[in-house]
Amino acid sequence: MYARVATCWTILRISLEERLVYRGDFALGTLMRFLPIVTQMFLWMAVFDGAFGAGRGPGQQIAGYTCHSIIAYYLLTTVSRAFSSMPGLSSGIARDIRDGTVKKYLIQPIDMLTFLMLNRVAHKLVYYVVAIGPFALVFYLCRDFFPEHPGGLYPGWPDAATLAAYFASLLMAFLLGFLLEATLGMIGFWFLEVSSLLFVYMLFSFFFSGHMFPIDLLPGIWGELVRLIPLQYLAYFPAAVFLGKVTGPELTHGLLIQFGWVVFFLVAARTAFRRGVRRYSGFGG
Amino acid sequence: MHTRPHYFRVLLTFLRNSLVRDMTFRANFLIDTISSMSWVFMNLGFYILVFRYTPTIGANTGWGKHEFFLFLATTLLINGVIRGLFLSNAIEFSEQIRTGTLDFALLKPIDTQFLVSLGRIEWSAIGPFACGVLLLVYSLFQVHYLPGPLQMVLYGFYLLCGVAIYYSLMIAMAATSVWLGRNKTLLDFWFYITNFSRYPMEIYTGTYGDPIRWVFTFLVPVLIAVNVPARLLVRPLSPQSREDWLLLPFAVAATLGSLIVSRWVFNRSLLSYRSASS
Repeated sequence: MYARVATCWTILRISLEERLVYRGDFALGTLMRFLPIVTQMFLWMAVFDGAFGAGRGPGQQIAGYTCHSIIAYYLLTTVSRAFSSMPGLSSGIARDIRDGTVKKYLIQPIDMLTFLMLNRVAHKLVYYVVAIGPFALVFYLCRDFFPEHPGGLYPGWPDAATLAAYFASLLMAFLLGFLLEATLGMIGFWFLEVSSLLFVYMLFSFFFSGHMFPIDLLPGIWGELVRLIPLQYLAYFPAAVFLGKVTGPELTHGLLIQFGWVVFFLVAARTAFRRGVRRYSGFGG
Repeated sequence: MHTRPHYFRVLLTFLRNSLVRDMTFRANFLIDTISSMSWVFMNLGFYILVFRYTPTIGANTGWGKHEFFLFLATTLLINGVIRGLFLSNAIEFSEQIRTGTLDFALLKPIDTQFLVSLGRIEWSAIGPFACGVLLLVYSLFQVHYLPGPLQMVLYGFYLLCGVAIYYSLMIAMAATSVWLGRNKTLLDFWFYITNFSRYPMEIYTGTYGDPIRWVFTFLVPVLIAVNVPARLLVRPLSPQSREDWLLLPFAVAATLGSLIVSRWVFNRSLLSYRSASS
């Protein structure tokens, strides 16, 4: 037990140090990532102007969003994505399988999923340490966009219980993002080239996770379909929780379903790895 | 003996070689084309969604659904050309600087910028480009307004200006790899900047909007690239505002300026280039 914890700690520490090498590039990259949000802000202001004429009031809503709350929504999705996005995870796993690096997990007493998970935890931790500055700056500048909450802790902040639910959903967004992408990467055991499949996934996740637009905008059957798939928990759901769009039993229900998807993909990733390793054949080395 | 290379013939060779290369990996080419087109369709879906909730983008701007689709088609055409001709070359260029393989390009008896910018052509960009053409034709039928021949000629001309502005920005940014050592985020950065030109310039108004519009019109003229040709297509030529008329000569000046500055940056970067390996 102790040895296991020590191993995990070492992996975590190495990954942390590895990540801190490029911190300047990192901070700049974080700030730049808000630029597309700026265009989205102006686009939505123009959309509201077009729909209701210039001059904005609280009664002017599109799919339950005011001009301000939709901008707050876009800002909040950047936080969701900071937890759920896993750049290069699936393609990395698929590459390791193709070029045989995956052998090292079969020989060494480390579980691949645990190793990769710790690696990501370290990356994310470093990311938050570096990114908290740019994030705080942008959110402070945009503080007026956040709607008042009745009983909120602070203007623009929800109450403690909602905030707790928000953090829980963010944490699960991280787990879900990790496990979902890991499972996709394991498909590499069956198909050698998965890059086009990953592109399709990227496309879907961009549009239907709520990253591109709040999924409440989707009409009829489309909206219902998108709510059935797990992608919304990667960006939309945490943001909606923060904005107070999901409350009461609906909130508990949502968190439970999100948890259900985490468990589902945990089992899926484990199963895929076990089956995949059985198919896998490594040569030379 | 010193002969001037025949640039047009070299370009044709590049086109042919790239096509041969693409056709060697046919399935890959097909997947590339389809995936870049699916990106276009997804975006189109998003705008259809937006126009379910509003008749126009901005109050009294004239950018209704199909007018905006003409704008979008213009973006697709310009991006299609950029992606097809220059994008992978610019990425390759900053990689060549980093690894030192630029030496081979410098030794060739041809203008280095020409060689570096056009060496490899991505035929799969034909997919989104064709989407742009189709969307253009479809939207023109929908707006019940047919632009005159002069307008079409001007549209074509300003489309090329837009391509030139985008290209200048890209090649200048790729050239900065010489000083930065490595420019991994080139693609991101270029994407982030041109992202501002994806919408009509009228949306940038107000305390924060006006400076943004100013910067991306006069300092880094990316807003000009798509807006000027798109406006030409959407609005009749005769009752145009003074501002619209002024934009036309300004766009030409901005294009020339961008080309000159990027050429200068490119040449400067070559002077600072020190081959990487032995």
